[in-house]
Amino acid sequence: MPETPLLEVKAIDAFYGDFQALFDVSLSIAPRQVVAVIGANGAGKSTLLKSIAGLMHPHRGEILFEGRPTAGAPAFDALRRGIALVPEGRRLFPSLTVEENLLIGGQSGRPGPWTLARVYELFPVLAERRNLPAPSLSGGQQQMAAIGRALMANPGLLLCDEISLGLAPIVVRDIYARLPQIMAEGLSLIIVEQDIAQALRASNHVYCLQEGRIALQGSANQLSRESISAAYFGV
Amino acid sequence: MQWLNIILQGVLIGGLYAMFAAGLSLIFGVMRLVNIAHGDLIVLAAYISLMVTQSVGIDPLTSLLIVVPAMALLGYALQHGLLNRTLGDDLLPPLLVTFGLSIIIQNGLLEFFTADSRRLQAGSIEIETFRLAQGLFVGALPLIQFAVAILVIAGLQVVFYRTALGRAFRATSDDQSVAQLMGLDTRHVFAMAMALSLAVIAIAGVFLAIRTNFDPAIGPARLIFGFEAVIIGGLGNMWGTLAGGIILGVSQAIGAQIDPGWQLLAGHIVFLAILAVRPQGLFPRISG
Repeated sequence: MPETPLLEVKAIDAFYGDFQALFDVSLSIAPRQVVAVIGANGAGKSTLLKSIAGLMHPHRGEILFEGRPTAGAPAFDALRRGIALVPEGRRLFPSLTVEENLLIGGQSGRPGPWTLARVYELFPVLAERRNLPAPSLSGGQQQMAAIGRALMANPGLLLCDEISLGLAPIVVRDIYARLPQIMAEGLSLIIVEQDIAQALRASNHVYCLQEGRIALQGSANQLSRESISAAYFGV
Repeated sequence: MQWLNIILQGVLIGGLYAMFAAGLSLIFGVMRLVNIAHGDLIVLAAYISLMVTQSVGIDPLTSLLIVVPAMALLGYALQHGLLNRTLGDDLLPPLLVTFGLSIIIQNGLLEFFTADSRRLQAGSIEIETFRLAQGLFVGALPLIQFAVAILVIAGLQVVFYRTALGRAFRATSDDQSVAQLMGLDTRHVFAMAMALSLAVIAIAGVFLAIRTNFDPAIGPARLIFGFEAVIIGGLGNMWGTLAGGIILGVSQAIGAQIDPGWQLLAGHIVFLAILAVRPQGLFPRISG
């Protein structure tokens, strides 16, 4: 792993009220790296992403982005610093058109390669539907719009929460096939997935969460199926 | 011809009611806040205009150049400093706080300006009339007021659907937490919405004060007119709000013609009738 990580999560604990969702979780991602976070439902994957994106603040431990701690910053600040989240369930703005959804992402004013034209080049189907209300898109198209919306902010780190959720396998393959084009612009990616095979194919490094703890981590091509399923199911 | 005259006057006063309602509708649409102090803020704007016209010596319509920005600034500060703290999953805290604000404004105005009735003097424009047809007259001031109401509604429509600020309003209204993820400071977005609402209030307040006498206690009745216009027109639809204001204005005018005591009652009855038949309003928000 290269010397200076883009993002460092250092031993964080996170709570929902009295319920502890993350225990001593550490993670690090280098520039241009793809990290997959896998785990069963309720393992703490989304909590980890929310903490990184600034929607939640860990009770213990710290998160460093580009060497600076993110503690205490308001949620809207994460995007301006370069962390963009594609939320689980896509969550496009329903009363906005496809293009307006993309423009909201671009409103932070960070300079970079991503513009409306580039997003439409990446996902041509969105260009055809640019003036339609977001809810009129199919699930896969909505996922593309949600990814496009996050890219419009020109992030240094893109967080993708359950991209494959509720989508047909062929659509999922289609979306994952665009990742190399996105990565070519030099950003880093954290993907949270329940689809282990997809996660392993797409990533360099894998973290497996189990009941709020890191149960296993390693290079994607070195982890064995057996060790992953042991860490995944805890058996 | 007499009835045509009455209906025409009702339509024109409806523009004023639509201006009472537009700011209310905007705030509810963006942040689900019901501003009970809305009517009192209209009266506050009238008093600010009174002070400006008396101290600077300009006419009330020109005083809008000062009153509108002043009210907008007040709106931003009010939202950022106070009302943002009350917003959450519960609708009750903002309701209670704006109710308290309403009482504070009324009593503050009473303290400073006494309970005397005041009036803004707009000069000769108040009595100028045009003859549209044999026996059909329309006053210059109601006509200007109605034209301004249409401009205000059209302007809000443009802001809402054609600008980055409007996009931020709609996105924040849809999903606050995702709006924050997309880098929108929702506290600032809400404060901008309140600033816009109070800018509209300023215009409405000045026209109200030229048209009729005002004193510190008349705010709550304007709030009711605003609510009724919004609900008749359908929540979230600005042109519907204008239609709601006109329906209310015409109902009151016809009621007053039948019996002077029926003016307000007729308006409320029509409102209740529409609420009973179409609780979603006449023109609820069209999706997309």
